[in-house]
Amino acid sequence: MSLPKISVCPTNRVLTAGFVLLGLLSSALTYAADFPTAQVNTTGLAITDTEVTVGQLHSATGTMAISETGSIQAEQLAIDQINEAGGVLGRKIKIIVEDGASDWPTFAEKAKKLLVNDKVAAVMGCWTSASRKAVLPVFEKENGMLYYPTFYEGLEQSKNVIYTGQEATQQILAGLDWIAKEKKAKTFYLIGSDYIWPRTSNKIARKHIENVLGGKVVGEEYYALGHTDFGSLINKIKLKKPDVIYAIIVGGSNVSFYKQLKAAGITSDKWTLLTISVTEDEVLGIGGENLAGFYSAMKYFQSLDNPNNKKFVEAFKKKYGEKSVIGDVTQAAYLGPWLWKLTVEKAGSFDVDKIAAASSGVEFTGAPEGYVRIHDTNHHLWSKLRIGQWQTDGQAKVLYESELIEPNPFPKGYQ
Amino acid sequence: MNTIYNRFLGGKSGLTKLLVLAILLLVVLPLTMSVFRLNLVGKYLTFGFVALGLVMLWGKAGVLSLGQGVFFGLGGYCMAMFLKLEASDPISTKIQSTPGIPDFMDWNQLKALPAFWVPFKHLPISLIAVVVVPSILAYVIGLAMFKRRVGGVYFAIITQALALILSLGIDGNQGWTGGRNGITDLRTLWGWDIRTQSAQYVLYFVTCLSLIFAILALQWLLSGKMGKMLLAMREREDRVRFSGYDVSMFKVFTFCLAAALSGIGGALFVLQVGFISPSLVGIIPSIEMVIYAAVGGRASLYGAIYGTLIVNTGKSLFSESFPQLWLFCMGGLFIAVVVFFPDGLAGVVDSGSKKIGRWFQTKKNGSPPDVSLDNAVLATTGKIDES
Amino acid sequence: MSSYSASELYSIFIMQSFAGFSLFSVLLLMALGLAIIFGQMGVVNLAHGEFMALGAYTVFLCSNVAHNQLPGLASSYFVFAIIIAFFVAGLAGMFVEWALIRFLYKRPLDTLLATWGLSLIMQQGFRLTFGAREVTPTLPEWLMGSFKPSESIDIPINGVFVMGLTLLLTFTVWAFMYRSKIGLHMRATVQNRAMSGAVGINTKLVDRFTFALGCGIAGVAGAAFTTIGSTGPDSGSRYIVDTFLVVVFGGTSSLLGTIASAFGIAQGQSISGFFLEGTMGKVAVLLGIIVILMIRPKGLFASKVRS
Repeated sequence: MSLPKISVCPTNRVLTAGFVLLGLLSSALTYAADFPTAQVNTTGLAITDTEVTVGQLHSATGTMAISETGSIQAEQLAIDQINEAGGVLGRKIKIIVEDGASDWPTFAEKAKKLLVNDKVAAVMGCWTSASRKAVLPVFEKENGMLYYPTFYEGLEQSKNVIYTGQEATQQILAGLDWIAKEKKAKTFYLIGSDYIWPRTSNKIARKHIENVLGGKVVGEEYYALGHTDFGSLINKIKLKKPDVIYAIIVGGSNVSFYKQLKAAGITSDKWTLLTISVTEDEVLGIGGENLAGFYSAMKYFQSLDNPNNKKFVEAFKKKYGEKSVIGDVTQAAYLGPWLWKLTVEKAGSFDVDKIAAASSGVEFTGAPEGYVRIHDTNHHLWSKLRIGQWQTDGQAKVLYESELIEPNPFPKGYQ
Repeated sequence: MNTIYNRFLGGKSGLTKLLVLAILLLVVLPLTMSVFRLNLVGKYLTFGFVALGLVMLWGKAGVLSLGQGVFFGLGGYCMAMFLKLEASDPISTKIQSTPGIPDFMDWNQLKALPAFWVPFKHLPISLIAVVVVPSILAYVIGLAMFKRRVGGVYFAIITQALALILSLGIDGNQGWTGGRNGITDLRTLWGWDIRTQSAQYVLYFVTCLSLIFAILALQWLLSGKMGKMLLAMREREDRVRFSGYDVSMFKVFTFCLAAALSGIGGALFVLQVGFISPSLVGIIPSIEMVIYAAVGGRASLYGAIYGTLIVNTGKSLFSESFPQLWLFCMGGLFIAVVVFFPDGLAGVVDSGSKKIGRWFQTKKNGSPPDVSLDNAVLATTGKIDES
Repeated sequence: MSSYSASELYSIFIMQSFAGFSLFSVLLLMALGLAIIFGQMGVVNLAHGEFMALGAYTVFLCSNVAHNQLPGLASSYFVFAIIIAFFVAGLAGMFVEWALIRFLYKRPLDTLLATWGLSLIMQQGFRLTFGAREVTPTLPEWLMGSFKPSESIDIPINGVFVMGLTLLLTFTVWAFMYRSKIGLHMRATVQNRAMSGAVGINTKLVDRFTFALGCGIAGVAGAAFTTIGSTGPDSGSRYIVDTFLVVVFGGTSSLLGTIASAFGIAQGQSISGFFLEGTMGKVAVLLGIIVILMIRPKGLFASKVRS
């Protein structure tokens, strides 16, 4: 049985679009001639005069498939748009899609395949910290470049990764400051799913609450991913009566958690809840009526009112359906291919070493979140933080927007 | 000499099988595959150790364990702990709040190495632990279960619960075990960099040779009294008990053997892949490991290896091209193997080669051979035992 | 503990007990179907969770129909949906028994593996039909919110609903098994197949029916769960080990054992979840069960008959 080397349907779509446009845009060829392959590709990547290959490594199957679908769609939309505008250095982008299957060893295996076998110029991929941690040694050893879209716990920095999502301090500190001021909050109950991101985030949150805000943490608990019985927790919350419930529940547990909160009478008229793990994607599953009035701290909401976002949402809905929702990670994934294109053009080359160095200071003014800039040294993004209040229709009303926050993955005093 | 030939190598048919496997693993694959794909095969072969253990436990002794991932994981974590400590020397970790401990402990605000990690600073202890820790757990569980004559489905469910407990326990204790992320970023084994291409070749050959040695050792074990005992226990346990043998201790021994083999497989896995995670410990991987043995032929040692290779290769290839179809195939495989091919690939090959053999004999003699002896054996034991 | 006042402790006690009872009814609902299949027939159905998911998805579909096509039924559809879920899961169970299980009655370990394969197929089928995202039916208004017997005590309505459903179902099953003719046939077939056949009971049909009944109950359990959490393709696999442990712990041949076991495990989990942190609470309970099973391997209420 011979298996096709080309990957699944979306790639075929992109391929066809790319080739058709190629035939029409002869100017692209002339442009590419300004950048001969031998000059822009000195490390043997899969690049020809007309085409450059990138990899996409997300979970199409398994428990994480729910969350990563948005990222897959956003990245493909970005690549389509880039190809329509002429590609990168005159070359159309071709995607090889691999499925991490929500399994970290598989992520590592597929990452190796993309870098060693397929020699892709860049990879857009991963979602959970576990998958990123599993592939990081591969990227560092094989000198690849990963564009990672999820907001995460920080404490990491690599020449071979560009982090297009916020790191913890960007999301947490400004959010806590706002809610402490708005609600005059002094006591906090910290809740999270049991793995590295919620734990590290809550550690940062605790230090900020205790040292900077002068508040008190009255409870801190973690539940396994997939856990659905929050009865005991809710009883404890009711007894301690915190000013703010600070929740970092991830994945399917969210639905059970918010439904049970509502059933137990914990609603926004009497309680305040701030979360950094709920985006429009999660609200779709939870149901807007179950967390109406609660707050999320994200850098992006689908309801953001700026021209970039309007165009983006329109293009996304046109390609994927009117009912599509776009969460923070989806938008961050959209940034990946664009930032890569801008960096390659600044460096004048596809070589990973050169683009790693050229990343410093690359700005993207077309970002749906408004404006982002890659930090000079740590490969993270300067971005703003917004606080959104969930409405019953599943969208967020943006109540607050910060200034651009500097990314600081190794915050002193919070470790 | 004759004894070695028959007991260790398995006679003429055993020698053929050994040569076929050895040539495939040691000559054909290294020459035809890229180092990336060879590394994958090496990874699959580490699962082969678990499959071998299951052949002994399930195929020969009739005890189904759905928790072999536990032992695989324990062996893997022992090895990973040693490798992680080696990679976390004070110089490499000087940016941490507490240098000298693994990075994930630092993120979890641990200030010192937990007590149970300390012995793993030493290679000999770690290597011994790879084999001993799973065996001790198997001994405790086995003793409690088999002495009370818990078997069959109950035992299978309890091993499932065990797999669940261990994976939850690892997940929930991030500071001690790395939690859901597992233990990643392993670099050197006593100074030898395990990530280079040459290291991957070496580890591949080490895995192959260990696997072949394990098969031979198990064959030797089975050709003696042990083999007869296991066969008798599987078929008529009560009679064996009435004859005065301590059935439970045989089962415990086999369980520990399967656990030790799985532990070794886990350690070799960590060396080749470079990390361990609780996703290899839980219920789903444990049941998958059973299907490797089932596809190959649950009573066939060589079959187990081929089964492992086939199922894993299918999984990799399918997930590259048809990720949506893969689960259907796997589910269908479970059902097909159980309903239509209970003896797996080995059964198909055996009955096929018997048919061919008889066909040749008929051609030679002019009349079909006498199968009455085969049928007599079949009638008394329920199957013709051909490992 | 000392930081709570007396009335707070009282409220904790009430709410925790209720949480315990709520969990008890959930576990019992899940285990009831399995107790019939595993306990009575000796068939290990690892796809039991997927039959629960089937029931849940059925309710989801009914919800869509009710809200899109027949808005008048928006608040009353739920009860019908549960009944439909029972029949859908039951019919699916009947099909599975005919297509697969009846070949494997003498081989329990093989049934285990075959049903695991079935669960993979069903999971992927759900994924392809409904998508990888988790879905929830739109619950009727009367199921939301809570009773407030006093200021600090909230009793969630859906918890009460699930408990009520469990009570009704358990009673129905008991009445069916012990007071009806078909129930008599079922028990006869289990106790002595040969004699039952000899007196004219069609044992094959009884087997098919028993399996279908167990699956139907699983469907109802799944339908009840839509009030508590969302449904995704792998929701079934989350509950399967718990369910089996409940049945094994109670002693597989006794319905009373299943009830007692579900109660014990639920209270244990609820209490340890309060005093211990999250995951460790569950681990503690699982360890406890295993230890007790090692002492009494046949479960709490094992029947003393020759196997």
